[in-house]
Amino acid sequence: MRRRAEAYLWLLFSGGGVVAALLLPVLVLLFGVLMPVGVLDWPSAARLTALLDPVAVRAAVVAAVALCLFHAAHRIRHTAEELFGLARFDPVIAVVCYGAALGGSVIAAGVLW
Amino acid sequence: MTEESIRLEVARYRPGQDEEPVLVPYEVPLRPDWAVLDGLAYVKDRLDGTLSFRWSCRMGICGSCGMTVNGEPRLTCGTFLTEYGTGPVRVEPLKGFPVIRDLVVDIEDFLAKLSSVRPWLVREGEEPPLTTEYAQTPAQLDAYKQYSMCVNCMLCYSACPVYVLDPDFLGPAAIALAQRYNLDSRDMDDRFDVLGHEDAVWGCTFVGECTNACPKHVDPAEAIQRYKLTAALRSVLPWSRR
Repeated sequence: MRRRAEAYLWLLFSGGGVVAALLLPVLVLLFGVLMPVGVLDWPSAARLTALLDPVAVRAAVVAAVALCLFHAAHRIRHTAEELFGLARFDPVIAVVCYGAALGGSVIAAGVLW
Repeated sequence: MTEESIRLEVARYRPGQDEEPVLVPYEVPLRPDWAVLDGLAYVKDRLDGTLSFRWSCRMGICGSCGMTVNGEPRLTCGTFLTEYGTGPVRVEPLKGFPVIRDLVVDIEDFLAKLSSVRPWLVREGEEPPLTTEYAQTPAQLDAYKQYSMCVNCMLCYSACPVYVLDPDFLGPAAIALAQRYNLDSRDMDDRFDVLGHEDAVWGCTFVGECTNACPKHVDPAEAIQRYKLTAALRSVLPWSRR
């Protein structure tokens, strides 16, 4: 049972790592560098809303956010347990970390719908 | 002309005599072609014959002389005294293993883990003696060759923070060697029963120190991450086989 849960959690972690590595640098480049320095114009709110109109786009954004959150949750769980020697509290830490990721994903879906 | 010398600070632990390991300083000649192991041999031959340490080939093949040199896991035959300037050079047993005496550690746990992953070619439905030849293409050889360079020196275990925290962790070399056979086109096993376990690949948190420590440029961290994908797919899709 434990090993199956770990396999699913690792797939979410791994998927989140891939998504974060592919998407975050692009977003930072666009919204953190190119738009502030004026190379690109800021998109209007109406345009961004229109972009999110198709259900597939909204689903993809929720999936990307959820994967990134589960990636973070997995890493925080293991780092906290090993760095601070908290492995015996794993059931609690795991519930808190993955619960927060799940909560964040639900909030992301709520904001978009 | 007096010869240059360098100070070795060697961890000594003599059961029945020392309560805990103590560092004992020895002055040894500093020669450009001398490795730390040569310094230890000088101590044993000339200064104190009671010093105990493991060694065999002196050329980075046998994997016997792994020790902690100035805090890092190293093969002492391939670590030269001149790397440490004027010294001193601190030589301690491999971290993460119980010390038997001086620089000699207990490797039983590693040997048990190593044999548990079936580090040999597993064939099904054939009776020995196996007289058939199984030719491989260069690509099939490349798939596992890197992992076959492992000399079982255990530096990766000593470098692994997970192994130091949790001695039940199967560890880098055993998993990399399992992958050496998993990725061999002649092998018919995938060792999921041993590797897809909480104390096996799922114990690894990808710190990557095993790969940094490896003197043979095996990449155990990569082997483990690759098997995580195999194990995850095996767990999620129970019918999927390699």
